[in-house]
Amino acid sequence: MKSRVLVVDDDPALAEMLTIVLRGEGFDTAVVGDGTRALPAVRDLRPDVVLLDLMLPGMNGIDVCRAIRSESGVPIVMLTAKTDTVDIVLGLESGADDYVVKPFKPKELIARIRARVRRTDAEPAEQLSIGDVTIDVPAHQVVRDGEPIALTPLEFDLLVALARKPRQVFTREVLLEQVWGYRHAADTRLVNVHVQRLRSKVERDPEHPEVVLTVRGVGYKAGPP
Amino acid sequence: MTRPDDRLWTRLERMPITRRMKRTVAQIRAVAVEVGVLVDAIWRRSLQVRVVVSTLALSAAVVLVLGLVLQTQIAGRILQGKEVDALGQAEAGAAVLERELAGVDPDGEGAQGELNKALDRLTNASLSDDAGSPSAGEFRAVLTTGPREPGRGVDGSGADEVSAGTVADVPADLRGHVAGGSLARRYVTISAQGVEIPTLIIGQPVRTAGRDLEFYLLFPLDAEQRTLSLVQSTLIVGGLVLLLLLAGIASLVTRQVVRPVRQAAEIAERFADGHLDERMPVHGNDEVARLAESYNEMAGSIQAQIRQLEEFGALQRRFTSDVSHELRTPLTTVRMAADVLHASKDQLLPALRRSSELLVTELDRFEALLADLLEISRLDAGVADLTADRVDMHGVVNRAVEAVRGFAEESGTPLRLQLPVGVYAEVDPRRVERILRNLVANAVDHGEGRPVDITLAGDEHAVAVVVRDHGVGLRPGEAALVFNRFWRAEESRARRSGGSGLGLSISIEDARLHGGWLQAWGEPGRGSAFRLTLPRAVGEPLTTSPLPLVPDDRAASEGSAPEPAPASSTSDAAAGSVPTPVHGLAAVRAAAAMQTQDDR
Repeated sequence: MKSRVLVVDDDPALAEMLTIVLRGEGFDTAVVGDGTRALPAVRDLRPDVVLLDLMLPGMNGIDVCRAIRSESGVPIVMLTAKTDTVDIVLGLESGADDYVVKPFKPKELIARIRARVRRTDAEPAEQLSIGDVTIDVPAHQVVRDGEPIALTPLEFDLLVALARKPRQVFTREVLLEQVWGYRHAADTRLVNVHVQRLRSKVERDPEHPEVVLTVRGVGYKAGPP
Repeated sequence: MTRPDDRLWTRLERMPITRRMKRTVAQIRAVAVEVGVLVDAIWRRSLQVRVVVSTLALSAAVVLVLGLVLQTQIAGRILQGKEVDALGQAEAGAAVLERELAGVDPDGEGAQGELNKALDRLTNASLSDDAGSPSAGEFRAVLTTGPREPGRGVDGSGADEVSAGTVADVPADLRGHVAGGSLARRYVTISAQGVEIPTLIIGQPVRTAGRDLEFYLLFPLDAEQRTLSLVQSTLIVGGLVLLLLLAGIASLVTRQVVRPVRQAAEIAERFADGHLDERMPVHGNDEVARLAESYNEMAGSIQAQIRQLEEFGALQRRFTSDVSHELRTPLTTVRMAADVLHASKDQLLPALRRSSELLVTELDRFEALLADLLEISRLDAGVADLTADRVDMHGVVNRAVEAVRGFAEESGTPLRLQLPVGVYAEVDPRRVERILRNLVANAVDHGEGRPVDITLAGDEHAVAVVVRDHGVGLRPGEAALVFNRFWRAEESRARRSGGSGLGLSISIEDARLHGGWLQAWGEPGRGSAFRLTLPRAVGEPLTTSPLPLVPDDRAASEGSAPEPAPASSTSDAAAGSVPTPVHGLAAVRAAAAMQTQDDR
C-alpha cells in the first residue's frame, strides 16, 4: 500500500513540484493550498504524513498544526523558511514532529518523510515497562493503571526507544538518529521539545519525571519499572 | 681627585640608614606627586573650586594691600599728632627751664641740686597744668650739662657731667645734635626691666648763665603702640572675616551658575548613553533657561534624526531578511526541479546533461549566497547571539582545517600547521570555526599552490591564529578593503572557487561579536596573512596579540633583494558588537563553508 502525503502549501509551483517528487518516490499525494482546509482534508484523507508550510494564508501554519494535533497523531513535517530558534521551537511545540528548512534538497525531504512513515512494518509481539507505564509495542498502546495514554506515533517511538534499553543513557544525537532517522548531527532542539511533550502526557508530575529521566550533561534514560 | 669623596659616598650609600632615607625620600616624593595629581585633577574638574580659589587669592591680595595702607596711614596720623604735641610740650618746658635756670652756672657747685629742682618743678608744673597748655601725655624729662669740653665723647666722663633724669636713655647722636644747638627728635626703643618701650625723644638746648644745657623729653609711646596693635588685630580679623565671606559668596554665586551647568552636563551624558528622552528642565527666562531650551531643541532634533535612521536601518534589514525568506520558496521549487532533472541526467543529451549539472552547482552557490546574506542581515540587526564555551582552540582550528583539506588537496596546496594543544579560550566554536574555514579556504584559493601556514598561539589575555599564504598577496591599500562586502581584487574578478563575497564580512562581524580582531596584511609577491585575535574570556578587552601580523620572513621572500621598508598595508578592525543562530542543514552548511570565502 502506498503511503499518502498531504501537502499543505499555498505556493502552487512548490506544491506541484513536491507532488512530482513525491510521486516519483512512490507516495500518494494530495494538496490543499489553504490553512483552513487542512483539517478537513486530514479528516477525510487520513494521510500518513502531513507536509505543512508554516507561512499560509487564511490560517497560520502554527495554528493549523495545533488544530491537527488536537484530534490526530498524524506525523507532521513543517516546511519553513525561517531558521530562528524562536520560529522552530514554536513550530515544534505546536505539535510538529520534524522540520525541513527551505531551500531543501529533494532527497532530504524524502528521508524525513520516510523516517515518519517507516514504522508501519509488522513488529513482533513485545511488552515493555518504563516507570509505571506499560507499552504494548505492536498494538501501539501505552497504559498506566489500566488507563490508556494517547501518544502521537513519534512520541510512541521515542518512548519505545528509551524503554527497549532501560539501563542505557541516550544522548540527544543518538535519539535523533534512532527516532528521527538523521544520519548526521542535526538540531537537538527536536529532542528537547518532544521529550517535554512526551513527559506532559506520561508523567504524573512533569516537574519531577519518573518515566523519562534527564541525565545532566548527557541525555535521557528510561525510569526504572 | 674626588676619589676619597667618591669612596665615602659609596660607603654612605651602602649604609642601611642612607638606603632607608633614600627610600623614604622616594616615598615622600611619590606621595607629593600623587597629591599634586589629585589637586590638579580637582582643579581641572571643578569650576566652582577654581572660582572660589581665585576669588580667595585675589581678594587676599587686595585685603593685604588695603590693610597695610590703612595701618601705615593710621600709624602716621597718630605719630604726627603725638609729635606736634610733644614739640609744644618741649618748647613750653624749655621756656620754664630757661626761666628757672637763668642764674645757674652748670659748672658750679650745687648745679646738680638746681637741675633736679628745676626738673621737679617742670614735672609738677605740667602735671598741675590746666587746659590750654599743650599736653602730650606722660613723659620723662632729662636735663644734662653735657661734657665739659665740647667735642669730647659723651660716654666717657660721667664725673664731669651733671645730669638730672636717666640721661643714658638718650642716644649719643641725638645728644650731638642738641649739643650743637639745634632742636632734634628721634624714635628709639628703650628697654626697661626687660620691656621694650618705643619712645619719642625731643631734645632742645636750654640757655643758662653758663653754657647751654641739654634738655630732653622722653615720651613713651606704649599707649600708641597698644592702639596700633589693636588697630592691626582689628584689621587682620576684619580681613579674614571679609575673605571668608567673599569665599562663601563666590562659592554661592558660582554654585548658582555651576549647578545648572552640572545638571546640563549630567543630562547630556545620559542622553549620550542612549537615553534619548532626557530633557533639561526649563525654569524662568534667564540664560540658563535659554541654554536648556536650545539644548532641548537640539536633543529633540537629534532624537528625531536617530529615530528616522533607526527606522531606515530596521526597514532595510527587514527588507534584506524578507527578501532572503521570500526567495526561499521559489528557490526550493527550482532546486527540486533541478535535482529531478539532474537525477535523470543519463537520459539527457550531452548539452542538456551539462546544463543540468551547471544548474545544480550554481543553485548551490545561490543558496550559499542567500544563507550568507541572511547571516549578515542577522549580524547587522544585532540579533545574533554568542554561545561561548571554554574550548581548546587546537580542536577548533583542526576542525576548520579538516573541513577545507579536501579543497586544498584538489589544488595541491600543502597545509603547514603549528597548533599547540591546550590553548584554551572562551569562544563560540561554531563561529570561530566558520571564520577559520573562511580564512584557510581563502588562503588556499589565493596561494597559487604554495604552502599555507596556519599558526596558533596564546598568551595570558588572548589567543591568535594567523593564516599565511605565499600567493599573489595584496596591493597597498587592499588590506583595508578585503573586509568590505562583495569586494574583490581586480585580477580575481573572474573568480575560481566562487565565494559569495560576504565571507570575510561575516568573519569580521563574528570576530567583533567575540570582542576580537580580524586583521589583514599583504604585499604583492609576498602573499598575505590574516590574523584572528580573540580574548581568552568573553568581555576582556584586547590590547595586544600573541602573534605578529606582519610575518618575519622578508629576507627569504622569493630570493629578491630585501626591500627597505615594505609598503605593507594592514587593516585593523577593532571590537564592535553584533549578535546569530545556527542555520539548518548540515549538508548545505558544509557546501556553504567551502564557498563562503571571499575573493580578493
